[in-house]
Amino acid sequence: MKYVAPSSVEEATSLLSTSPSAQVFAGATDVVPQLRAGRPAPEVLVDLKNIEELVSVANDGDKWTVGAATPTANLTEDQAFSDEFPGLSEAAGLIGSDQIQNRSSLGGNLCNGSPAADSVPAMVVNGARAVVAGPNGTRVLDVAEVVTGPGETSLDADEFIVEFEIDRMPARTGDAYLRMIPRTEMDIAVVGAGARITLAEDGSIEQAALALGAVAPTVVRVPDAETALVGNTADDETLSAVANAASEACNPIDDKRGTVAYRKQVAGVLAKRAVLIAIERAEQRNGTN
Amino acid sequence: MARTHITTVVNGDETEFLTEDGTSLLNALRDEVGLTGVKEGCGTGDCGACSVMIDDKVTCACLVFAPEVDGSTILTVEGLADSGELHPLQQCFLEGAALQCGICTPGFLISAKALLDKNPDPTETEIRYALAGNLCRCTGYDKIIRAVQEAAREMRGQ
Repeated sequence: MKYVAPSSVEEATSLLSTSPSAQVFAGATDVVPQLRAGRPAPEVLVDLKNIEELVSVANDGDKWTVGAATPTANLTEDQAFSDEFPGLSEAAGLIGSDQIQNRSSLGGNLCNGSPAADSVPAMVVNGARAVVAGPNGTRVLDVAEVVTGPGETSLDADEFIVEFEIDRMPARTGDAYLRMIPRTEMDIAVVGAGARITLAEDGSIEQAALALGAVAPTVVRVPDAETALVGNTADDETLSAVANAASEACNPIDDKRGTVAYRKQVAGVLAKRAVLIAIERAEQRNGTN
Repeated sequence: MARTHITTVVNGDETEFLTEDGTSLLNALRDEVGLTGVKEGCGTGDCGACSVMIDDKVTCACLVFAPEVDGSTILTVEGLADSGELHPLQQCFLEGAALQCGICTPGFLISAKALLDKNPDPTETEIRYALAGNLCRCTGYDKIIRAVQEAAREMRGQ
């Protein structure tokens, strides 16, 4: 394996176009274990961390831009970002240990294609967009469009994510992410649930987004739960509809972390709790940014 | 295969070594630089035995490709003692019997140092979370936690 660390997006895309067997990486926290597990080694390792845009967290007034290779520790330590998107910040902060946090990135967490990636449901409910660079320039995809199945993405071999764009959190809006693991730390989600709620001035729910991780081949939105929430308050009847819709949206596997029945049940419980936290946060964000 | 020339500062000393590109920092530190305090446990970032600080950030050396550290500053367990005098964390681990086989100890010491650099007065819960990426299979965690608490107290001058 040859190691290269391009210093610009153009240099990186041109490297990828001319190297048929190249692997881009940021923290390599998934790449190295996969190589050690026997995945064929690429000819070229392309380290994206020397490209300035890929390692930055910025706010231009209208939107946040998070470099795809930015260590998740940088994101969780960014107080302004974490105050505005506590759910996404907490989701990013759940990935592995402190050692991993200093290497892991949103771009890697997404493109690794794990159904259980913690940051993805939280990015999806916040409408995050991926700016993808390739040989013909850049294109913008919704984060939900990037992963097509376990370990599979819609990106071409010579493309990579430069950064994520996330519109500023509107007033009366809050996000949340919860995951179920059998331990307290250092585990992979059995179920993950991301929620984002916008309240109307009268306190009813104006907009709702709910996404589940680890319960299907890709992260799934739960439109039936979102419909049940909009126009209502979080009363028992609405929450029970949310839980049912969440359980129904699951298409999980049985594995050592959880059975199908368990994952469906937990998805309903976490969905309700995530919605309630998002509402509480929305109530605290009465002003604008 | 051609080897790449890497220049770093390791434990305060300018250090140069040659490495193949796909070699982990863990193996480069052990085999090229001779710092065998960095241990391999799992090789996949789960156990923390190879924890080192790169530019003041703790990480697993097994997940880092050696060429990535060109121009960086690295701290390993060998750099903790100061002119032969053990670091308070090392002294407290010894006095508190916070190690048995010792394979995990260098990683715990580095992770604990990374924590105390940021937070000189951590709660027990904060210590447990900060050390969650370090696994110990023989001593158990309580003595390690107590040793870190004791070292933190000493380092605060209490």
